[in-house]
Amino acid sequence: MTPTRKKRLLIVLAIVGGMGVAAALILTAFEKNLMYFYSPSEVAAGAAPHERKFRVGGLVVNGSVKRVPDSLTIEFAITDTAHEMTVAYTGILPDLFREGQGIVAHGQTRPDGIFEASEVLAKHDENYMPPEVASALADAKAGAMQANPQ
Amino acid sequence: MNLPFHKYGSPKYFYSWSLMLSPWLIGFCVLLFAVGLYTGLFVAPADYQQGESFRIIYVHVPAAWMSLFIYVVMASAAASGLIWHVKLGDMIARASAPLGAWFTFLALVTGSLWGKPMWGTYWVWDARLTSELILLFLYLGYIALQGAIDDRRVAARAGAIVALVGTVNLPIIHYSVEWWNTLHQGPTVSKLDAPSIAPSMLMPLLIMAVAYTVYFVVVMFARTRCEILEFERNAAWVKERALEKGVV
Repeated sequence: MTPTRKKRLLIVLAIVGGMGVAAALILTAFEKNLMYFYSPSEVAAGAAPHERKFRVGGLVVNGSVKRVPDSLTIEFAITDTAHEMTVAYTGILPDLFREGQGIVAHGQTRPDGIFEASEVLAKHDENYMPPEVASALADAKAGAMQANPQ
Repeated sequence: MNLPFHKYGSPKYFYSWSLMLSPWLIGFCVLLFAVGLYTGLFVAPADYQQGESFRIIYVHVPAAWMSLFIYVVMASAAASGLIWHVKLGDMIARASAPLGAWFTFLALVTGSLWGKPMWGTYWVWDARLTSELILLFLYLGYIALQGAIDDRRVAARAGAIVALVGTVNLPIIHYSVEWWNTLHQGPTVSKLDAPSIAPSMLMPLLIMAVAYTVYFVVVMFARTRCEILEFERNAAWVKERALEKGVV
């Protein structure tokens, strides 16, 4: 390689490297703001904002969904397997909302500790399989639980 | 240096071999799209959770992959033009940009249409969606810059710097779903362990990904040939070719 080409190559590498470092620093500095939602553990640790709306995300706890009769209000608990928190929501839920499903709720914590959501979005996981495989997996899991209950 | 790369990489030779290859590539591309779409839309089973709606994956995911892949092609080609003054590199970069922009747009639109029934919203400002939108702006910025500068050499140099600076965004898009909490789910296929998608669903996805790639190559080659003719319109070989074909 001729010296001029080498020099140009070095300049290009320096630009890309420099931009990389700058981007890494910016992203680290704004890490909190780039989080789309907080987990129940972070909320429990007081990391979530108190005075304004924020988002929490977690799995809907099995058997926790309670509907208030004659209204669209629903109450359920979400968990990140370490902490749980109760969410109340009035409105239409996305189709994928169900127990065990990941969801993201946007709202504010009420004085009584319940998270009052104004919007609930369903988060789907990265698994894709035919229904038969899913039910076979569920059966196998249930079978294993029966074989050695914990 | 007398490597064959220099010969086949010169605009004149690129023009003839890419033209010769193109009917074969077009046939292959049509075949792949036919097989991919048929297996994806009719043969693959419905998803256990998302039902039939998941089939938009066969349009959305390859488009998103292409949006990143084309950027890599564009930035590498532009870098070869900037560093080693490879003329063909500048032309390939110029020819790739609009294709990349369209694939990014397609990924954003299909993702949005998929998001409404599944997530319950067309758009959220999470890290994955936002960084993909920035990629679209990078493409548009590159295209605008090419259009704004009349001198092609200056345009290529300025464009190359924009394209190279933008490469910083590529790992951010790819890892956004792992680095931050996002509404978009994590990677399915490119995980270190086995992909978490049934093989009968994965096969059409991979076929579609190859189909998209071949489509990109075909169109990028054709666009590059146009760039070559425009840039080398005064070269002897272009005149010869035009006379041969009876164009002039």
